[in-house]
Amino acid sequence: MHFDAQTARAHMPKGLVALMNQAQGAINTESDAASHEGVARRTFLKVSAASGFALGAFPLVASAQGAGAAAAGLKPFEQPSAFVRIDADGTVTVTINRLDFGQGVQTGLPMILAEELDADWSKVRSVHGDANQAYADPMMGMHLTGGSNSIKNSYTQYRELGARTRAMLVSAAAAQWGVDASALRTSNGFVVGPGGKKLGYGALAEAAMKQPVPEKVTLKDPKQFRLIGKPTGRLDAKAKSSGQQDYGIDVRLPGMLTAVVARPPVFGAKLKSMDDSAAKAIKGVKAVLRVPTDRGGEGVAIVADGYWPAKQGRDALKVEWDTSAVGKPDTTALLAQYRELATKPGNVAMQADMAPLAGAAHKISAEFVFPYLAHAPMEPLNCTVKLDGDKAELWMGTQMPGLDAMAAAKTLGLQPQNVKVNTQMAGGGFGRRAIPTSDYVVEACGVAKAARTAGITAPVRTLWSREDAIKGGYYRPMHVHRAEIGFDAQGKILAWDHTIVGQSITKGSPFEAFMVKNGIDATAVEGMKEPYNVPMKLSVHHPDVNVPVLWWRSVGSTHTAYAMETLIDEVARTTKQDPVAYRMALMGDKHPRHKAALQLAVAQSGYGKKKLAADRAWGVAVHESFESVVAYVVEASVKDGTPKLHSITAGVHCNLVVNPKSVEAQVQGAALMGLSMCLPGGAITLKDGVVEQSNFGDFAVPRITDMPQVTVHIVPSADPPKGMGEPGLPPLAPAFANAIAQLTGKTPRELPFKLA
Amino acid sequence: MPTLNINGKDTAVDADESTPILWALRDTLGMTGTKFGCGQALCGACTVHLNGAPIRSCITHISAAAGQKITTIEAVTTNDKVGKAVHAAWVKHDVAQCGYCQSGQIMSATALLQGKKKPTDADIDAAMAGNVCRCGTYVRIRAAIHDAAKTLA
Repeated sequence: MHFDAQTARAHMPKGLVALMNQAQGAINTESDAASHEGVARRTFLKVSAASGFALGAFPLVASAQGAGAAAAGLKPFEQPSAFVRIDADGTVTVTINRLDFGQGVQTGLPMILAEELDADWSKVRSVHGDANQAYADPMMGMHLTGGSNSIKNSYTQYRELGARTRAMLVSAAAAQWGVDASALRTSNGFVVGPGGKKLGYGALAEAAMKQPVPEKVTLKDPKQFRLIGKPTGRLDAKAKSSGQQDYGIDVRLPGMLTAVVARPPVFGAKLKSMDDSAAKAIKGVKAVLRVPTDRGGEGVAIVADGYWPAKQGRDALKVEWDTSAVGKPDTTALLAQYRELATKPGNVAMQADMAPLAGAAHKISAEFVFPYLAHAPMEPLNCTVKLDGDKAELWMGTQMPGLDAMAAAKTLGLQPQNVKVNTQMAGGGFGRRAIPTSDYVVEACGVAKAARTAGITAPVRTLWSREDAIKGGYYRPMHVHRAEIGFDAQGKILAWDHTIVGQSITKGSPFEAFMVKNGIDATAVEGMKEPYNVPMKLSVHHPDVNVPVLWWRSVGSTHTAYAMETLIDEVARTTKQDPVAYRMALMGDKHPRHKAALQLAVAQSGYGKKKLAADRAWGVAVHESFESVVAYVVEASVKDGTPKLHSITAGVHCNLVVNPKSVEAQVQGAALMGLSMCLPGGAITLKDGVVEQSNFGDFAVPRITDMPQVTVHIVPSADPPKGMGEPGLPPLAPAFANAIAQLTGKTPRELPFKLA
Repeated sequence: MPTLNINGKDTAVDADESTPILWALRDTLGMTGTKFGCGQALCGACTVHLNGAPIRSCITHISAAAGQKITTIEAVTTNDKVGKAVHAAWVKHDVAQCGYCQSGQIMSATALLQGKKKPTDADIDAAMAGNVCRCGTYVRIRAAIHDAAKTLA
């Protein structure tokens, strides 16, 4: 999802901002497992049981000049007390303001803070923040993990937090030694004084807590970085490699019950009738309850003392649905409808003169089809709700805890400040856990509410099966693209008439106000045209379809990059030009980052130098998304109509890299997810309103056998970091397709590939 | 009440005989290291060892484990020589991202290495193809398995 932070903040509906602020609740400086009695669970690593001192618990603003103006004060996200806790033994626990769901911020953000703090990295630990205002994205003003924004938006924030904390430790040491702070320096967890005397951060923590929190701080010269930029192993690696890491699904509360929900097979349909006698007879089933489901639908929750009896209860449930009032989308019908729409004038996103099309020496007329895609993170969706009078507590892995807390409060009829969200480590998300409607949270609250009405006082965990998730909607929208391109014998593009048809992701959500302009959803067109200087007319249609849709890792670029990079490649091939040279020329004298990334991938891959086997070809693509650029040079073959990807060489420009290991992992993973769009079974289809797929048997995801060699190369840069959660995805499919086109003479225009 | 031998200990399990081992472990016994991913033996997240061989606990009822030895992730990376080497290699190569699939991956990898001292890439493919990783950590899984084999040699 793409958020221009300033624009977002300026356009966010004031009511929404006010509600979010209301939902954030009182300052809670501690966010560790020890404070939840009875919860025998392990969070990120073993946080020291000894209570630590939260620096600046009584924050005072040190205003050196004392100019007399009203104290500006520090905002909650600038207070070290909310982010750093130093134990007496020197353990430094950093609170991260994002969900780590694989991308590595639980290591990257602490690295940034620890750098400026001059902490001993071996003593650094990491925990998730809660829905407290301090943990909102400092640019967006709301809790958000998404848009590849975490490092980008919190880089300076975490540097300043580290520097503030360091300054307070130095002040404390200065006071203790009776020297001026300027005589002191810090190194690896120690303040070092005249004559080499030392005090460890653990010894100083209590005194440092009492120091005023400096508003202004001096940051390091990047030349002095010891941590940032070094390949660093994940802080949670040990726990995740031994079954010690808990996720939302692993939360266990005393007496907790588990619910599974029978949901309508067509989105938003109602319950006509049900016979729950067999369900209730299953041992372990405590209640069978009618509950609201997403989009005005109705379902049935089976509440039991474990997942297995709940599932058996649902299997034994006899239920009839009333689908009369809802649309029944059908992939075949939608395709026909979208194809027709693509020929009609739409909302114009880009304007250019299309007259030259008629007389162009060469023409490409192309139609692309992109199916619905499920996110399918390995951890099925789950949300645990504990109701206690006028309070509620929730446990789940969520990319938007603030929004979810608000939705929970609304569903439960509670004051927002009485709803506490405990963000859990999540087993993947890819966008599914950033849900503007908070669908699975609202549903879980509805289940808990119905359970309470039925006399159940235990906490209730609502757990989705894989089938529930695959069939549960919120897909990357289906799209059709239509392009008419006219160009001359030298490959100069004279006119490019492009139409995109697909559902709007943000329509009807709190994000509509700043994402949809003139009827065009920005998330549907991002990635079109740039970086190429071509005369493009871009038209858009956003049909309304009864399928819930959502951002899927790299969002609009999942389809725009495919259209752009395969069409550009085709123009090059048609006019007998090298695809790399053609792109470089088309970028003119701009886009140095694109060029650097592309040239790096080319140089490292052996493209143009290494001779490939007769049945193999190179494929190239470069694409910018979320302000980072990734170029792929791939090697592929086609045997008996089956394409195979053999190797991927990546050139990456994401500005300064905090943790090269993270970037490498993200590119490997995103590339594979890009590949998942190409392989057989990588599509969600509907027939008569019902999703046809149900599990990994018919919605296929790549396995180790599908993974080619991947090498990742990063263009060095000192500019403030951009994100890498998503940018590795878009260019993979078009690079693969371009190799196939070299081999077969035809570019696949539909995903997943259907070559035969 | 059924009894299961789990990680060397006979454990009473207050669950129906037809309960999958996965849910006996997770819900009845609170051993949440073994994960639920698909419920249809399609993803491998639930992999445990039955007499040393990898099985999918989501479709294997506890009645099938009567009188047999179950080993789970909770023990394999601490009590077993091969498991420890696998754990060390997993950490060294920074394999995990979200980490949710990794219990299953490690159980499959450990079983592979217990049976084969020097697995080839083809051996690895065959042993690991049933374990899905949506984060795409396969490159590092492969490297870690080769590395663990080296340290065990």
